[in-house]
Amino acid sequence: MTEPLLTARDLHLSFGESSALSGASIDVAPGEVLALLGPSGSGKSTLLHCLAGILVPDRGEVRYRGSRLDSLSDDLRSELRRGDFGFVFQFGSLVPELTAVENVALPLRLSGHKRRTAEARALEWLERLEVADVARKRAGEMSGGQGQRVAVARALVAGPRVVFADEPTGALDSLNGELVMDLLIGAAREQGASIVLVTHEPRIAAYADREVVIRDGALAATVTA
Amino acid sequence: MSVPHTLLGLLEVRARHGYDLKRAYDAHFGQDRPLKPGQVYATLGRLERDGFVVVRGTGREGGPDRTTYAVTAEGVTDLDRWFAEPEGPAAYLQPVLFAKVVLALQSGRDAVQVLDAQRAEHLVTMRDLTARKSGADLDRVLGLDFALFHLEADLRWLEHTAARLERLAAEVAS
Ligand SMILES: Nc1ncnc2c1ncn2[C@@H]1O[C@H](COP(=O)(O)OP(=O)(O)OP(=O)(O)O)[C@@H](O)[C@H]1O
Ligand SMILES: [Mg+2]
Repeated sequence: MTEPLLTARDLHLSFGESSALSGASIDVAPGEVLALLGPSGSGKSTLLHCLAGILVPDRGEVRYRGSRLDSLSDDLRSELRRGDFGFVFQFGSLVPELTAVENVALPLRLSGHKRRTAEARALEWLERLEVADVARKRAGEMSGGQGQRVAVARALVAGPRVVFADEPTGALDSLNGELVMDLLIGAAREQGASIVLVTHEPRIAAYADREVVIRDGALAATVTA
Repeated sequence: MSVPHTLLGLLEVRARHGYDLKRAYDAHFGQDRPLKPGQVYATLGRLERDGFVVVRGTGREGGPDRTTYAVTAEGVTDLDRWFAEPEGPAAYLQPVLFAKVVLALQSGRDAVQVLDAQRAEHLVTMRDLTARKSGADLDRVLGLDFALFHLEADLRWLEHTAARLERLAAEVAS
């Protein structure tokens, strides 16, 4: 097997009294599409946030391309997140003050692209996700499913190495869910991106190369082909 | 629905005579389709022929109803295999899956493991069907989608049941 791109070892994390992760370990290979399944409250989002360096675990370590995420400075970690990672959050992915096209252009703008080229590329992605018609609307003026597709466009626009997607199809009907998955899988197959996907929909999980079940903050079962 | 394995599973929980067995089956698994008495005895006859059950004794009346059957070691081995092996993803799996879960709980086996094995089997099939969709013609895709939605329904039921195992265990404790 190739070197994993991302590894987590024995992660523990509590929010006050309540333990969200209790010994979760996982590897993500380059180009791998990994689905995290499990009951509500089992720790899927928390694990995703730890893998992405958004949350720092109380115990255990996360490594990205061999170096520890939790010991990087906040600045370096933000830079890494901006440059290498794409995100679709379960809630509130978009910047409410910005329009759809500005939201999608944001990762490109932050890495130094001119406004005009960034927005042109953003618009292409909105078209692929069939939400170009809401390009000039702000987050609060779109439907839940439109906002979710805009968030997927933003996660993919800068060609990330890893996409972290937390229920990216949760607000979508089955056809749009399929569209989103085809684009995420396309990014994995064409650009070699790894996808870490949280979902409670088995049809969505079936796009993955591997499914992992989280129960009570740790891995309960793995399904590989 | 696998009537032979379900009856065998009930006999593993405890030895019973034919009528008692029918009643236990009907109570948990046969609300819609109670067993016919003839079916019970025909199945018991086959299980006895295959060495999975033995006659433990006959009651004073000596009628067929009073013959008590018990599971053999071979019967338990056969049940172990049944519990461990997930079902192929056929239509209308619910009765047999439900029987496995209830009997696993009653016989002290790990019902979570039964559900996990089945989930894995379903997911592997779903992954295979999903892969076949890419590049296929729409009529083919819609056929695959039909199968995928049905497998998803099974999986949702598995999750739903997994989340309620504790309560189910309390209810079916015999
Ligand atoms: N910011 C927080 N403050 C306090 N507790 C939290 C916080 N975030 C998560 N938790 C708790 O940690 C546990 C795991 O939460 P998490 O969001 O990871 O679950 P999940 O598997 O993503 O669930 P869902 O499927 O509902 O999104 C839960 O018990 C939750 O209440
Ligand atoms: Mg979550």
